[in-house]
Amino acid sequence: MSVIRAERLVNLVLCLLSTRQYLSAERIRDIVPGYSDAPSNEAFYRMFERDKAELRDLGVPLETGRGVLVDQVEGYRIARRDYELGDVDLAPDEAAAVALAVRLWDSPDLTSAAEGALLKLRAAGVHVDRATPAVIEPRVRTSEPAFAPLLAAVQTRRAVMFDYRRPVPAEVRTRTVEPWGIVSWRGRWYLVGHDRDRAAVRCFRLSRIVGPVRTVGVAGAVRRPTEVDLLKIVTGSGDEPAIGTTARLWVAAGQAAGLRRGAKRVGARRVDGVAGDLLEIELHSPESAAGWIAGFGEDVVVLEPDLLRKAVYERLLGAASAAGNIDREEP
Amino acid sequence: MSTAATERLARLLALVPYLIARPGIRVDQAAADFGVPPKQLRKDLELLWMCGLPGYGPGDLIDLSFEGETVTVTFDAGMSRPLRLTGAEATALVVALRALAETPGVADTDAVRRALAKIEAAAGEAQPAGVVVGLAAWEGERTAKVRATVTEAARQRRAIRIRYYTASRDESSSRTVDPMRLLLVEGRGYLEGWCRQAQGVRLFRLDRIDAVETLDETAAPPPCAEPTDVSAGLFRPAADHEAAVLLLEPDGRWIAEYYAVDEVTELAGGRCRVVMRYTDPAWMVRLVLGAGGQAVVLGPPTLAERVRERAEAAVRRATCGATG
Repeated sequence: MSVIRAERLVNLVLCLLSTRQYLSAERIRDIVPGYSDAPSNEAFYRMFERDKAELRDLGVPLETGRGVLVDQVEGYRIARRDYELGDVDLAPDEAAAVALAVRLWDSPDLTSAAEGALLKLRAAGVHVDRATPAVIEPRVRTSEPAFAPLLAAVQTRRAVMFDYRRPVPAEVRTRTVEPWGIVSWRGRWYLVGHDRDRAAVRCFRLSRIVGPVRTVGVAGAVRRPTEVDLLKIVTGSGDEPAIGTTARLWVAAGQAAGLRRGAKRVGARRVDGVAGDLLEIELHSPESAAGWIAGFGEDVVVLEPDLLRKAVYERLLGAASAAGNIDREEP
Repeated sequence: MSTAATERLARLLALVPYLIARPGIRVDQAAADFGVPPKQLRKDLELLWMCGLPGYGPGDLIDLSFEGETVTVTFDAGMSRPLRLTGAEATALVVALRALAETPGVADTDAVRRALAKIEAAAGEAQPAGVVVGLAAWEGERTAKVRATVTEAARQRRAIRIRYYTASRDESSSRTVDPMRLLLVEGRGYLEGWCRQAQGVRLFRLDRIDAVETLDETAAPPPCAEPTDVSAGLFRPAADHEAAVLLLEPDGRWIAEYYAVDEVTELAGGRCRVVMRYTDPAWMVRLVLGAGGQAVVLGPPTLAERVRERAEAAVRRATCGATG
């Protein structure tokens, strides 16, 4: 922005803050320095429109209205009570909490918004030392390209449309959703909303959205139910109930440290001519444990339960056959 | 209008009230608070000096008095308070404070709640909605205990000895660590500290600390121990990391969501090809074996060969184990 424009905008704000009466565009043109440079009426109105848009983008509450006299044209002013940030007086520990909250975001959109808020709090006289270290630093990242458009859609209450990849069955489908909110849970972002195609509440992982997010319909059209707990919708959908089971494994001597961590050694045995230990281990989710155990390859053999033994065997067979077929996979 | 220009206007509107609250502040201190070089801040002040109220005579313009390196506002032309928070600003701050308030054991929740109430009151109309952050990490009972011990040690600035499992190498080792802070990132808790064995700053995943003992010794990370920049994610691929090209079947796509990958190429049938960096080949072999054919190594050939050998040997042995 040129110095001239920045100066003009600051003067415009000061002028509109200082007036009680609505000032017409013509009047503003006469008194605020910079506008008189406009070579024509058309040039002035273009300039003035851009300036108004800029101020509104910044959050300046430009009021429009007419004066009390009859035949008065529409004018502008800024009501001080709408413009000014209310009193904020933070105790040192509260200021430290604010600093920690500002640091929470590792997100292009949210970081700059939080920094903007911090700037204003400082301008309101609050002392916030950003460098004060905290013992526990939580961080939340937004790296998904869908984040910014979805946040905008949630805030403007506008429906969206996007392509969504489901892992099982593997398919990409276009979904139309009335967004209620965006939720971060255990390091992942989800969109929660009313899925128009399914006519039901659904959660969508942002990382599974493919391509651009398009808006549908007008802003303000989405109505979010008032009594809705967004976090609960997300947490209630993901976790499968854990079924605990005790497994018995043979582990080659000195191998598979990861498996030994949570296990109890109950004996020794040779398998396939190799010395090893018999371990007992508590598993919370046998399905994901199968992949983990299979990863140790020939260093681990599952003895019990049979279901786990078969699951691991199938994984190994799958890996062996896929590895053997590699040449056909990629010409 | 460009972002830089918008930022400047926001700064110009905040600067006068900021200075009013801090008469005689040093220009470089103000510049640091606004995150700009002192030279830029001086330009901003010069610009504001030219602004004021209609009439624009000497008594109508914003007036600043400079004394040495300091500045004081002597006339504010009616700009005594900052602009209220925008919806986006209130959202970013309030959502973060709520997340801190609702997660036990992270911050002083009492102070957070008080701050939250004040910010919400000041934000007025700009009530945020629609973004919720749950900070609670994945942790079992054992990890919760580890976290409590490690947090207390970090608070008391005490060194600790830990037994730590390094997943990439599949080995457990004992280390003495000077705790620096705890990080809660991507849904997991980490201890950041100076590892005396490695002579460097390391991040230790709390759920991989199998034992912790607080030592009767003050934590003393050396001055060169800089906090890790985690803004771009925890795993930062380095030039010396090897890169595997993996073909992921639909059921193996979770790998691309769970680990940092790049160069994702979509293929027919919901499959994709990714490039994934790794530090230890043995770790990569374990990952691919565990994926049970849903991830296939396309390259490098040595890695593909190792997976094939391991998989075939494991199939043979599993058959022995069942009978023997």
